[in-house]
Amino acid sequence: MDWGLIFENGLKAGVGDFAAVFALAAIGLNVHFGYTGLLNFGQVGFMAVGAYGIAVAVTYLGTSLWLGLLVGLAASVVLALLLGLPTLRLRADYLAIVTIAASEIVRLMVRSVSLREYTGGSSGLTQFADDFYAINPFAPGRYGISPITFTERQTWLLLVAWLAVAIAAAMVFVLMRSPWGRVLKSIREDEDAARSLGKNVYWYKMQSLLFGGVLGSIAGFVLAISTQSVQPDTFSPDLTFFAYVVLILGGTARVLGPVVGAMIFWMLLSATDNLLRQAVRQEYIPTAIMDGVQVGQVRFMLVGLALMALMAYRPQGIFGDRREIELDVRR
Amino acid sequence: MSAGRSTSAVGSTSAGRGVLEGVAPQPGVAKPDPILVLDGVRRRFGGLTAVDVEHLEVQRGMITALIGPNGAGKTTLFNLLTGFDQADAGSWSFDGSDLAGLPTHQVARRGLLRTFQLTKALSRLSVVENMKLGATGQRGEGFLSALISPLWRDQEREIEQRARALLRRFQLEHLAEDFAGTLSGGQRKLLEMARALMAEPAMVLLDEPMAGVNPALAQSLLGHVRTLPGDGTSVLFVEHDMDVVHDISDWVVVMAEGRVIAEGPPEAVGANPAVIDAYLGTHHDAPADEGEERARLEDAEARMEAEATSTSTPTRTAGDDR
Repeated sequence: MDWGLIFENGLKAGVGDFAAVFALAAIGLNVHFGYTGLLNFGQVGFMAVGAYGIAVAVTYLGTSLWLGLLVGLAASVVLALLLGLPTLRLRADYLAIVTIAASEIVRLMVRSVSLREYTGGSSGLTQFADDFYAINPFAPGRYGISPITFTERQTWLLLVAWLAVAIAAAMVFVLMRSPWGRVLKSIREDEDAARSLGKNVYWYKMQSLLFGGVLGSIAGFVLAISTQSVQPDTFSPDLTFFAYVVLILGGTARVLGPVVGAMIFWMLLSATDNLLRQAVRQEYIPTAIMDGVQVGQVRFMLVGLALMALMAYRPQGIFGDRREIELDVRR
Repeated sequence: MSAGRSTSAVGSTSAGRGVLEGVAPQPGVAKPDPILVLDGVRRRFGGLTAVDVEHLEVQRGMITALIGPNGAGKTTLFNLLTGFDQADAGSWSFDGSDLAGLPTHQVARRGLLRTFQLTKALSRLSVVENMKLGATGQRGEGFLSALISPLWRDQEREIEQRARALLRRFQLEHLAEDFAGTLSGGQRKLLEMARALMAEPAMVLLDEPMAGVNPALAQSLLGHVRTLPGDGTSVLFVEHDMDVVHDISDWVVVMAEGRVIAEGPPEAVGANPAVIDAYLGTHHDAPADEGEERARLEDAEARMEAEATSTSTPTRTAGDDR
């Protein structure tokens, strides 16, 4: 067993592009679910409209990537309004149903044959982020602390991606200490109480949905630019649930919860993946039980087990406050 | 300190009664300076008319009690007035402006606040954060301004001071940093009332403020309610405990089956036959004479017999089917 490689790959995944993508998506979910109590099960929909916003703008409309970012942001705002206008007046569960359905509608729409001209159908779009890599200030070479090094392209992307994470986390930090954040938290606790104190609950929920949704679309930007491709089936509902896992792992309603949660989640996924692969290759695990192809699924089982253990022994997540969990909120 | 407060409160109470000295104790009577005026307010749930108030005026600067048996429509009326429920018909004005059809948050912004029969403490916010939420006109409640703390920091400090001063008055100061979810039921009632007062309302609607509160705490809660008119807050409250009603209210409105059936000063209302009737249901339960009692018994027996045959018949049919 090459423990060094497992460790190295784990660390790389922990600071990698996917960790940043899920940190951003989970920060958005934290605003929705952790602070406002909105059950958004369609965060991947916001990621998809962000990613496709830039891809379609660049490849079909021929705009620059920068204008594409604005298109992606605008698309996420429109999606939030579409989701929120009809559902935010209703009970929380309606939003959950509508968001999960809407995220699938987005995926199936960009996948559809009739829109292939614009979205590339099931094969998606590629090579639309050249503008981003064209302004890479890093000279060719490898950067990082050996052995955790990245190419100049990866380094540039990771720098910008984690900067976005830092800005998003800082915004959440400031907002949730402000009277605005207090109103969101009061809606999470009891929206009738907030309403009876003169707060326009509907409008605050809408603002929360918009802000978290925009963060989701920025996660989509990072994903699209990092891989230089968008593909409809990437944006399946599992992504939303990964983002929830990340959020709960780190601790809901904590500023750094989603960030650290994302890093640990991808470290764990990478480590279990590498471990199992090596074990299969060196025949510590007989092929009768598992072969190399099944590693992808089994690692999710292991991560699931780890999460169950976490929920049993530390239900508040890594950063959460146990006292909050133990309060009987229904009283 | 508390003694001094209650003396001044008693003063305001007697002054309040003086104002209504000449007002006739009858349903829908006009008051000299009403803060809340209701006209033809009606709410039906299917076939049940929950609220049907022809006319009601609530005097400014006083404590008015709203009493009535269970199901009289008191809480529904509160829900209608504060926009938690929509009336089928009618209009009502508060402080001169029409409130009918306004959403809850706008009702609150015009100075009409309510508390709930089942308290709504914001469990995972600290007690002092609960209080600060109640303040109105907060500059930091906008998304963009929230990002720039110098815009609201001074106001926040002022709100915090006001919150702590109120908590001191309500004897909750030592719990200021605790989660509101850890408070006892009585403390939650206190917190909810204090939180509503953070908005400096012109009027509060208190829905059973004493329910589930231990006697010692209830006494202090009563003391706080008494001080409200003196601070410029009119009070309309629902209560079942008649001792409490006698103790603090200047005027009592009695509802039964959705209607206002009586109003008047507390001493007079208790003697009103319509009120006794509504509470004890005289003509339903206590027969007027022996003849009527016998007739009632026979009627009941006949009904029981009819019921017995009607329930046994379907059983037999079910058996035949099998």
